[in-house]
Amino acid sequence: MSRRLRLTAVPYALYALIFIVAPLLLILYYSLTTGQGTALSLDNFRRFFDPSDTVYLRVLWRSLWIAGVSTVVCFVLGYPMAYILSRMKERTRHVVSFLFILPMWMNFLLRTYAWMTLLERTGVINTVLKSLGLPPLELMYTAGAVVLGNVYNFLPFMILPIYTSLTKIDQNLIEASEDLGAGRAITFFRVVFPLSFPGIMSGFTMTFMPAVTTFIISKLLGGGQNALIGDLIEKQFKVAGDWGFGSAMSVILMVLILLSMNALSRYEKENAGGGLM
Amino acid sequence: MSELIRLVNCVMAFDDVTVLNSINLTIKDKEFLTLLGPSGCGKTTTLRIIGGFEVPTSGDVFFDNVRINDVPPYRRRVNTVFQRYALFPHLNVFENVAFGLRVAKVPKADIERRVRESLDLVGLRGYDKRASHQLSGGQQQRVAIARAIVNHPQVLLLDEPLGALDLKLRKEMQIELKRIQQQVGITFVYVTHDQEEALTMSDTVVVMNDGVIQQIGTPVDIYNEPKNAFVADFIGESNIVPGVMHRDCEVSFAGRVFRCVDTGFAPDEPVDVVIRPEDVRLSPPEEGQLDGEVLSVTFKGVHYEMMVRARDFTWMIHSTASEPVGARVGLSVRPFDIHIMHRAEKTEAAS
Amino acid sequence: MKVLKGAYSGLIFLFLYAPIVVLIAFSFNGAKSRGAWGGFSFRWYESLAQNADILHALRNTLIVALLSAVVATIIGTAAALGMHHMRRGLANFMLNVTYLPVLNPDIVTGISLLILYVFIGINLGFSSLLLAHITFNIPYVILSVSPRLKGMNRHIFEAALDLGAGPVRAFFKVIVPEILPGIVNGFLLAVTLSIDDFVISFFTAGPGVSTLSITVYSMARKGIKPEINALSSIMFVVVLLLLLTVNIRAGRDIRRRAQTHVRSHSPRALSSREH
Repeated sequence: MSRRLRLTAVPYALYALIFIVAPLLLILYYSLTTGQGTALSLDNFRRFFDPSDTVYLRVLWRSLWIAGVSTVVCFVLGYPMAYILSRMKERTRHVVSFLFILPMWMNFLLRTYAWMTLLERTGVINTVLKSLGLPPLELMYTAGAVVLGNVYNFLPFMILPIYTSLTKIDQNLIEASEDLGAGRAITFFRVVFPLSFPGIMSGFTMTFMPAVTTFIISKLLGGGQNALIGDLIEKQFKVAGDWGFGSAMSVILMVLILLSMNALSRYEKENAGGGLM
Repeated sequence: MSELIRLVNCVMAFDDVTVLNSINLTIKDKEFLTLLGPSGCGKTTTLRIIGGFEVPTSGDVFFDNVRINDVPPYRRRVNTVFQRYALFPHLNVFENVAFGLRVAKVPKADIERRVRESLDLVGLRGYDKRASHQLSGGQQQRVAIARAIVNHPQVLLLDEPLGALDLKLRKEMQIELKRIQQQVGITFVYVTHDQEEALTMSDTVVVMNDGVIQQIGTPVDIYNEPKNAFVADFIGESNIVPGVMHRDCEVSFAGRVFRCVDTGFAPDEPVDVVIRPEDVRLSPPEEGQLDGEVLSVTFKGVHYEMMVRARDFTWMIHSTASEPVGARVGLSVRPFDIHIMHRAEKTEAAS
Repeated sequence: MKVLKGAYSGLIFLFLYAPIVVLIAFSFNGAKSRGAWGGFSFRWYESLAQNADILHALRNTLIVALLSAVVATIIGTAAALGMHHMRRGLANFMLNVTYLPVLNPDIVTGISLLILYVFIGINLGFSSLLLAHITFNIPYVILSVSPRLKGMNRHIFEAALDLGAGPVRAFFKVIVPEILPGIVNGFLLAVTLSIDDFVISFFTAGPGVSTLSITVYSMARKGIKPEINALSSIMFVVVLLLLLTVNIRAGRDIRRRAQTHVRSHSPRALSSREH
């Protein structure tokens, strides 16, 4: 039976070969080609890392910077929330965590678009300001608006893993800490916080990764001058038609992300140890 | 030995379930006291009240004659060895043991010295850099003990600390714990459901059941003079037969009148008669007070365990000699081996 | 302290729900402008019923979501089963491949499929969109079925055989019920991800084939029609109702578990929990 059951994976193996593996190899292939001829070259990568024209590197840097700021804001806002949530009674906890997930069921674009309604020059916030006799604020099309969009969309991805790791902490450890003379604050910083590290790690990953690669939030809320690496890639395929360069940037992005994931998981393995598993 | 901890009329109720029913208990300085009973009897709750993890619903807790009901765990001079050790997984052995000292802001050099001393005491010299998950169960146990005693508590609470260890290791640790207690010279309050453990290590044993203290006494007292059928049955195996106490020193059971040494019962009071298996003596059928037929014989290593049917009751007998199955034997009991107890239905709290 | 916690939670929830509330409020706005309030009206709900573009996109979205989820659930469940019975090395390799679309940024998955279609000459249209959705859905099905298989007692299948069931019968009587929650979960996840997806659809759908996300995206820059507000309010309420029924059932489960827990406060139950 087990020999025959093995065969049920064959359709997927074929599907994965065509639709997962082959496309990635194709990206790699395209990244090594330019418009002229079929010869392989590293021109696309040279263009991206060109030290005399750092326009692309600057975009990459801005993407990382904005994603980093968004992640930190998510963490600062999310950790206390996750902690409060983990201390609630079991039944309230379920209701509240349900309320966190609920907005995520609304279409991602619509949620972002709703922020436009709030932030626009003629939007809700400015209308309120005007009725109070205050000058309108330029909220849209700023880096801050992009950060806000990221935080809004990815905050639950920060809260939920931290919340999960907090609820997993053995209550005995907290009692042990108090037993050894640590009050609430010391127990938090010496025991609870370090033990919630795996959750913080996955929270960082789950907010940072999509924030680096987004091109919708930056396009809708950031306007033209806050373009991120995702916008550049999209432009190569949808507007400029330079697929080789677009593929090269995708490869760079992919390598960046896979490398950082790898580093994170290795870090986690070394520091958390088997005790947390 | 002077009094150190006193529980007065402690009641503990969770929602509608009463877990502890008016506990009165005095713990003396430097004694090894064991709370013994089946799971759910309230022994762990009692320990947690002393540790400060639970506040009794009513009643008072005194430490050195100061009421400590509302003192949080981190302000009590009491440390706990938790059931599954509760070692901090993110800290190595040294840092686990140093935790309490660091919190108390002990100078660095002192921390170093005291941690090493207490690791030496539990026989874990050289293990300080290990991660806690790299240790065996027995070693984790020792770290938990070192982590607690390094703070020089006046009382060490141990919640079934040997429960997760295998039999051989458990025996070793029993001796080890007793040695540590004597070496450090502090009070140990020990929780277990293992009667043998309780009898081997303790100065005082507190037998509990259903949230009520059944008996407090030395191991010898508890074993030889159980106060009621529950204690008799829980501490070692016993034959418990219904009987009637006619007058002082005269009881009838199994259809016969026996002489005994108990006094102070009402005339013709129905009682439970408890007789230890090793106190029933075998003889030829005509010489015994009772006679019966051997139903089964099992070799137990040191002795044989025989089940003998006599007068509607199956007696368990431990003896170094054995009789074949089906043999007719006589049974007799000496007066001072017959223990008379009030009927179990109205269990009495021994206070 | 308690007040502080409550206030903080309140602020976070205000942040999370403000845009949604605004969106729902404006779906009842009589005026066309987003800045002004023109009185309460069902006007946009009425014109939504007549807007062929939006309704067409809605239909596409639902069809793609359901079809891709069904196909992905079948292929994915079969794959999870097969991988469970493979040699460790091979299974791990396939699992790593499975993780690729999950870990890869959507934009990379989207353009890689676009390149594939162009390379092998598939016209961009409905089927290219469907194939793309199946591709990113399968891994989620596998990842929700696999843990179930791993958690399953290896011997129950053999026990069923031992008790006289044939292999096929044993499979459907014993293994399927065990992994069913994983399958259902994977299916629901697939539907949700498919409905929510924009990036991959954006690169793989042909001209003229539009999903709701694509419609919203193209409108967002030219100015969104208020009908979209009406539609998203309806969808939000539908999802809310669906989740509430599911959650209430889950809540009842929790309550039942709690009750059995209290009832089993007997020594035996306690001791089995302690060890």
